[in-house]
Amino acid sequence: MEQTIPDKKINIKGLVCPYTFVKAKLAIESMEVGQILEILLDYEEASRSIPKSMEDHGQKVLKVEKVSDTDWVLQIRKDKD
Amino acid sequence: MDFTDDQLMRYSRHIILPEVGGKGQAKIAKAKVFIIGAGGLGCPVGYYLTAAGVGTIALIDNDTVEMSNLQRQIAHSVQTIGMPKVESAKKTFEALNPDVNVVAIQKRISKDNIIDLIRDYDIVVDGSDNFPTRYLVNDACFMARKPLVTGAILRFEGQVTTILPGDGPCYRCLFEEPPPPGLVPSCQEAGVLGVLPGVIGGLQATEVLKLILGKGDVLKGELLMYNALKTTFRKVRVPKNPSCPLCGAKPSITELIDYNEGYCAM
Ligand SMILES: [Zn+2]
Repeated sequence: MEQTIPDKKINIKGLVCPYTFVKAKLAIESMEVGQILEILLDYEEASRSIPKSMEDHGQKVLKVEKVSDTDWVLQIRKDKD
Repeated sequence: MDFTDDQLMRYSRHIILPEVGGKGQAKIAKAKVFIIGAGGLGCPVGYYLTAAGVGTIALIDNDTVEMSNLQRQIAHSVQTIGMPKVESAKKTFEALNPDVNVVAIQKRISKDNIIDLIRDYDIVVDGSDNFPTRYLVNDACFMARKPLVTGAILRFEGQVTTILPGDGPCYRCLFEEPPPPGLVPSCQEAGVLGVLPGVIGGLQATEVLKLILGKGDVLKGELLMYNALKTTFRKVRVPKNPSCPLCGAKPSITELIDYNEGYCAM
């Protein structure tokens, strides 16, 4: 599988909606177009809602991966400022 | 801007909106809004702008809270009867959101103080209840080049418009001069449905937030009229009057005017 090196990583384990998306969105806002954000989370619903919301906001979801019993890793590329 | 955890929670529903985001919320936090009147309109405008996290909100009003205000002036309460309205509202707003710096000015606004008072603010909201003040505020905002969101209420009807400096009509393009005293009844004489200022003040607060964010369309060159009995909204286009005495090509009004008292203050 292709490995992408993220430009920024955030750990939002322990957070629930909507703060999961709030944190992810603030992180994306602080980045440049073309950069990649990696998000580590353990709230299952957010593993579906963050990718959906990010796409609604014009960003590109590169990866949604369950990495352990409790954790997911998402990679989002900032396409829109 | 770095948000505290409390702020992230408080403003989360703003931050997740594409049109606001963290950057928009930071703009709101930096904004300074000047509200004229702490009555029917000033209360909901100030209340919602406080909830939204506007950094500095000034309120000017010379009156004290009376029992008859409580039917519509939602920032006041039986506990604050007799207190200056601006102090009563400041107490309420600070209890809602300690992030906001509320500046309470217990004064009557006049041609001698208005320019100095509004100088440091980004946006002016007129929630006054009388024509002399409405014209004074319109003229001062034109001269000081401040965006103005003006509202008016009577009985079951209300109006809102947004006046931008050097862009579109001013209030005098619409009505050149105030009506003579006594012609238009005041709320005190005619009554007002208590919830009406909530609708109109809510619209004014919305206009302010859009101006701060630079998003959407504001009521520039348009007068929005609401009829609560019929539940109708009507938008009327207001052209700029080329011979407006204030903003026209050959203005006759070049300094501020305090119109005769004789108008009833609500
Ligand atoms: Zn004009």
